[in-house]
Parts: sequence; C-alpha cells; structure tokens
Amino acid sequence: MTNLVEVRNLRIEATTDAGRVVEIIKGVSLDIADGEIVALIGESGSGKTTVALSLMGHTRPGCRITGGVINVNGKNMAALSEKQRARFRGTAIAYVPQSAAASFNPSSTIMEQVIEVTRIHRLMPPEQARKRAVELFRALSLPDPEGIGARYPHQVSGGQLQRLSAAMALIGDPKLMIFDEPTTALDVTTQIDVLKAFKSVMRAGGIAGVYVSHDLAVVAQIADRIVVLKGGEVQETGTTAQILSAAQHPYTRELLAAFEPRPRQVHADADAGAKPLLRIDNVTAGYGAVRDDGLPLIRAVDCINLVVEKGRNLGIIGESGCGKSTLARVIAGIHPAAAGDIIFDGKELQRAAGKRSQDQLREMQIVFQYADTALNPAKPVEDIIARPLAFYHRLDRQARSKRVDELLDMVRLPRALRYRRPSELSGGQKQRVNFARALAAGPKLIICDEITSALDTVVAAAVIELLKELQRELGLSYIFISHDLSVVEAICDEIMVMYNGERVEQITPDKLKAPTHPYSKLLFSSVPKLDPTWLDGLVRDPELVSQYGHR
Amino acid sequence: MARVAASRRSLLGHSYNLVGVVAALVIVAWTLIAIFAPYIIPHSIGDIVDDDYFGPMRQGLWLGSDYLGRDMLSRVLMGARYTVGISLAAVSIACFSGVVLGMIAAVAGGWLDTCLSRFMDAMTSIPSKLFGLVVVAAVGSSIPVLILTLAVIYIPGAYRFTRALAVNINTMDFMTVARVRGESTVYLIGSEILPNIIRPVLADFGLRFVFIVLLLSGLSFLGLGLQPPLADWGALVRENIGGLPFAAPAVIVPSLAIASLTISVNLLIDNLPQKIRDRNP
Repeated sequence: MTNLVEVRNLRIEATTDAGRVVEIIKGVSLDIADGEIVALIGESGSGKTTVALSLMGHTRPGCRITGGVINVNGKNMAALSEKQRARFRGTAIAYVPQSAAASFNPSSTIMEQVIEVTRIHRLMPPEQARKRAVELFRALSLPDPEGIGARYPHQVSGGQLQRLSAAMALIGDPKLMIFDEPTTALDVTTQIDVLKAFKSVMRAGGIAGVYVSHDLAVVAQIADRIVVLKGGEVQETGTTAQILSAAQHPYTRELLAAFEPRPRQVHADADAGAKPLLRIDNVTAGYGAVRDDGLPLIRAVDCINLVVEKGRNLGIIGESGCGKSTLARVIAGIHPAAAGDIIFDGKELQRAAGKRSQDQLREMQIVFQYADTALNPAKPVEDIIARPLAFYHRLDRQARSKRVDELLDMVRLPRALRYRRPSELSGGQKQRVNFARALAAGPKLIICDEITSALDTVVAAAVIELLKELQRELGLSYIFISHDLSVVEAICDEIMVMYNGERVEQITPDKLKAPTHPYSKLLFSSVPKLDPTWLDGLVRDPELVSQYGHR
Repeated sequence: MARVAASRRSLLGHSYNLVGVVAALVIVAWTLIAIFAPYIIPHSIGDIVDDDYFGPMRQGLWLGSDYLGRDMLSRVLMGARYTVGISLAAVSIACFSGVVLGMIAAVAGGWLDTCLSRFMDAMTSIPSKLFGLVVVAAVGSSIPVLILTLAVIYIPGAYRFTRALAVNINTMDFMTVARVRGESTVYLIGSEILPNIIRPVLADFGLRFVFIVLLLSGLSFLGLGLQPPLADWGALVRENIGGLPFAAPAVIVPSLAIASLTISVNLLIDNLPQKIRDRNP
C-alpha cells in the first residue's frame, strides 16, 4: 500500500423506477498519494460526484457499488459495513458540500455544528474542540475567529459559510478531504479568498484532497493532478500542467476550448444609427417600506440609465447582490420600478407588467437562471413551448405542433424530446427549452438572467453559440446578465458593470483589459485564469479588496 | 432497495404494490355496495324479522339482528349507502371549494389572501361537533343539511393545506414567466399550480374523507345524524351499543365496516400507483 487512496475498477449501478439497471460508473481506477490534491472534472452527469462520494463508501439513494475496490487509508470502503464506514467518516475522510448554506442547520450556532464531529466520534473534550475550531477559523482567515462560532449560519456570508464547512471537515483531522464544487456558488472575488484559504490549510496539514469541479480554471489553481471523467469512465489523467498544456483526449480539449470563448464578431456597422430598442432613464427600484420621497427604503437599483440598440446586446455584470437581477425584473415589469422611465420600441412602458399590453409583453421576454424552476415540472416540453403560441398567436393545435417542432430544431433539440417532462432532461436541454419558450413568443428583446450560470463550461459555451446564431437569424437583441465575465465578453457589444445598485462603468469588450473604475479592475482581475500559478501570483490591492470585497 | 422494487408491479406505465391494490378493492367493494344496496338487501331495513334482539349470526340472518330484531346485514349494507354517499358528497364540496379558494388566495395574495385566511382561521376555531350540533338544532337534520354542514366544517382545512402548497409553487420562476406572459388567474391556478399539487391534494382528499366518515359517525352516534329508521354506520353503532355486553355482532359489524373503509382509504393514499418516468436508454 503506497497510496492513501487506491480505487480499482469501481462500478456503480443505479436502478430506475421501472427496475432497469443502469451502470453509471464503468470501471474507474484512480490513486491519490498522501497530501496530493486530485481534481475530478467532467460535465454534469459524468459521475464525478458519484466517484467522490464512493470514497466514503457512500452512494446516493438508488445507487449501489457493484464491483471494484475502494482502498482508503488501507481499508476497502466498498466491503465495510455501514457502521464501520461511519467510523471513518469525519475522522479519516471528510466532505465539503457544494452548498454550505443548505448544509448548515439554521437553528443552532456555527460552533456547535463545527465541533459536532468531535462529539460523535468522541475525539476530544468540547473545550479542546472549541479551541481547535478557533485555530481552524484563523487558519481559514475568517474574520473574528473568536466570535464567529457564536453566530448562526444566516449571520455570515456565503463565502464565510463555505470556509466554515471546511473547518467542520478539518476538525476531525482527516487524511482525505472531498470537496464537491465548493466555490461554484460563490462570486469571483469571494472565490479567491476561499480557494486561498483551502489551499493553505491543505498544504499546511499535508492533507490529501479530491476536488470535484467543472471549472478548469479553479481546478488549475488548487489541484496537483486532474482526472477527466465522462460517461462514468476516466478519459484522461495527468498532472495539472500536462492536462492544461497537452491534453490528449478530445473531451478535455473541448473543455479547454470552451474556456476561451470565441469573441463575438463586431457588427458590420450596417445598422449604424439604429434606433434604440430599449431606453431606461433614471430607474430606481428596491424593497422595503416606501419613504416620503416615494422611493423604497432599500434601493437595489439606483438611478440606472441604459440603452439597448436593435440587434445589439448589452451585458450587465456584477456580483450577487449588486442589483443586476432586480434590474432585469424591473425592465420586465415583474418588480415595478419606484421611479424612472422605461421606453421600449419608441413607446413608454407601464412600470408593472400587469398594465402593459399583450404585444408589449410578447416583445420582451425574460429567461431565468434556473431552468429547473422556470419550467413547470408537471408539464411535457411541448405544452410548455406551445403555451405562448396559443396565448399570443392563437395558433390552432396543428399549427402549434408544427411550430413546436420548428422551435425545437431552432434550439438544437431532438424533436422526440417534446413528450418528456423537464425532470427528464439534462441541465443544458432544460435551458434550451426555457429559451425556446421565450422564442415562441416572437420577441424583439430577450432578457437573459444568468442563463448559463447553472450549466457546466462546455454546455454553457454551446448555449452561447446558439444564442449568437439565433440572433443572426432572427435579429434579436439580448440583455445578458451574468457574473461570469467570459460569457458576457463572448456575446455582448456593450458591458455595464454594476456595484451596489449603481452603474460604475460601461465599456466595450475590446477594452476589457483596461477598465478604468477601481471596482471593475478588482472584478476583472479576480476571474481565475487557466495558469496554475495565477492564484499564488495574484496580488490584489488590499485597499480595493477592503473597499469592495464582500468577505 | 431490491425488495421494494420486487414488491411493486407495473402496469400501463404505473407501478403498483399489493397493499394499495387490496385497499382499492375494499373501497371499490363498499362503493358498489353503496350503489346497489337497495337491490341486494335480503330484508327491508325497517322490518322486524327476528323474535330475539341482538340475535347471533345464523343462516338467513348472516350478521344477526339488532336491538329491535331487524336484519343487521341489510342495515349495514344500506348504511354503506349513507356513510359513503354523504361523506363523499361532503368531501367533494369541501375539497373543491377549499382547493380553489386556497389556490386563488396564494396566487392573488394581498388583501384577498388576508381576508380569506383570517375568515378560514375563524372557521377553524369553531369545534366541529359543536358546530354540527348548533346547525342541526337550528335547522333540523336532513341529508342535505348534513352534507353541507360537514363540507363547511372541512373547507378551512382543505383551504389551509392547499394554500400552503400553492404558495410554494407560486414562488417558482415558471409562475413569474406565466404572469409576465399576461395569463389569467384561472389559467394560473388550473394549468400551472394544480398539476403540481394534485397528488398531495388527492391524498388530502382521502384523509378528509376519513375524517368526515368519522365525524358523520360521531354525529350519528350522538343522535344528530340521520334519523331512524335510516341509519349510517355510526348510527348503527349507537343504537346497538346495548349489545356490547353480549358481544352482539350488531355492534361489532358496523364498527368493523367503519374501520375497514377508513383504513383502506388511508392505505390507498399511502400506496397510490406511481407513474414510471424512466428515461429510455
């Protein structure tokens, strides 16, 4: 036994509700040495999380390990009983989940939850555990390490919570840590702090890690080796440098290529002097009680002006909480503005969607981030896409059916998918259906609210390509809201940077390298690069970080 | 896991299990009896056919006789008609009104939601038996009065339950999409919300049916339900309670009938057929 983890020919099967057995992991082998961090990357459904969980001897409901050996620290996790496995979980192997916010119990303090492992396994007395936890908080560079444990989970930020869940995992002094996409839900500026903290504690403790992610750039910063998975099989294994510079497998190359989106061809200015399609003047909106001046207490969007020209795209970028989604909802009339004018296609729009005419509603469509919640799970795809056709265009059944086929072709989905329900589609397919529904209305402007954020890199790149194509064919305009700079850069003619409800800068993609506003500088410099030395070499102006970073 | 899969059978794209099937059969049997009772009862329910009271089971009087010497089998079979019929009518009215109002409140929000919810809360605070007692005392007992009273008692529960479910659905993005599309409330509740909550609503329907059967039996037991010589199962238990010391079938059988129906409905709810949504390979 030379390696900490030796997985040989692992097979995991799942049983569907019809009793059909599907092999989801088809003979995966991998090794992890002491103190080594191995990244598992691949698209959603490739089995990367399943493999990571199997290292704890755990499978998700409906799945079971049917073959192979999972040697962790000299024990074959696959052969142990559940009770024996439980002894190693939290002590030898620890797990850091994707969504820390969903993994903390909101009704007890952070400290109680962090030291819970020591209580369950009787590792140390509570007093000692608390001291150890505070040390870990400090090592993970959490603010106020002495006091943060007394707070409740909702009282700390998402990035802090993610680091606290790492502290929870570290307290049992594990030999192996499993990270399941721990930074995917975080903002770029926060992600850097979390990654730095993870990296330093792992290095200091000589702890081995498995890092599950679909973000190659993040993986490049933290992993020693990369294992590329697809369809439950290992496609390629290599050191980080090897994979990044000389990837062999086509899928790996695709992943790398997706990271460098093709820049948008600048419009031949044939439509120069085009009329503005949408103009927004001094729009303010927010939440909370309305004060004397008619403005809400908390302003999520503060005096924003913007113009979208016909056939051109505007990108809105900023961190979570900067008001970009509220702005989208204000434009669509979901959240009526408190002040300001919205002029669409030459006419002034009512602030609330309910008061706008049907045609005005039809011409401006909004596509939401989470296709899971944006599509009614109880309806088949054809009903979802056909509804705007019936509602706006009053097509009869036959015409609707034909149009649904055309729309499915347009978004590059097989026609047979029309009979499925959203839960039977992959993330990328769902987002295409979501988009097809917006197209069905026959809009002039589509507001895309973070539509690629829930998708993995390759799929997101494909969706972006699709949007560009449709724009050429249909002459649409997009407002593209995202926190992902590379996505916005790929599709937009103009980029507006938002911070704290205000517009801080508006620039064109070719000037992205040289932002003028300090916040834009911080934001743009925080986007991870494929270069493995990027994180270690990153020097950020501490003044900027303290001014704009949400730590 | 494997055992669970084995005990479920599949048919027509749904998977069933044995408990659910048996429960469904019991319910179907009682329903058929309720429909055809007048044609299959051996004796008229008012006829005194036995010299003895609380007679034992014997040939001709398969379930013995009651406290007046009437045929128990006929009375239980006819009782099914009143118990199942009244309860079903009441639960249908209660659930339909409650579900529709609950969904409207969730979708509309604002003052309509507030007014409806407070009104329903006020209704909930009235003890159900007391409410039944007052109504029956005021307008007298008849089948329509019973149905309406039972329905009104159970509307607030159905309303609360549906509203709680619908409020969750209402926050989903597809509801926002439909609203921004300009859809009407009728479409929103019928086409977007209802399909997503129909399973729990049906389960609630079954549960409420059981409650109503028990409340109806309770009212009849107190003498507020159906008036003699008509008798539902609750009334049968009450009028034959004197047979308890003799272990007379007249008191045991209607109790068993109530139990078999309510337990079957509960078991069916817990074991409803599940649609198989298996992706093709």
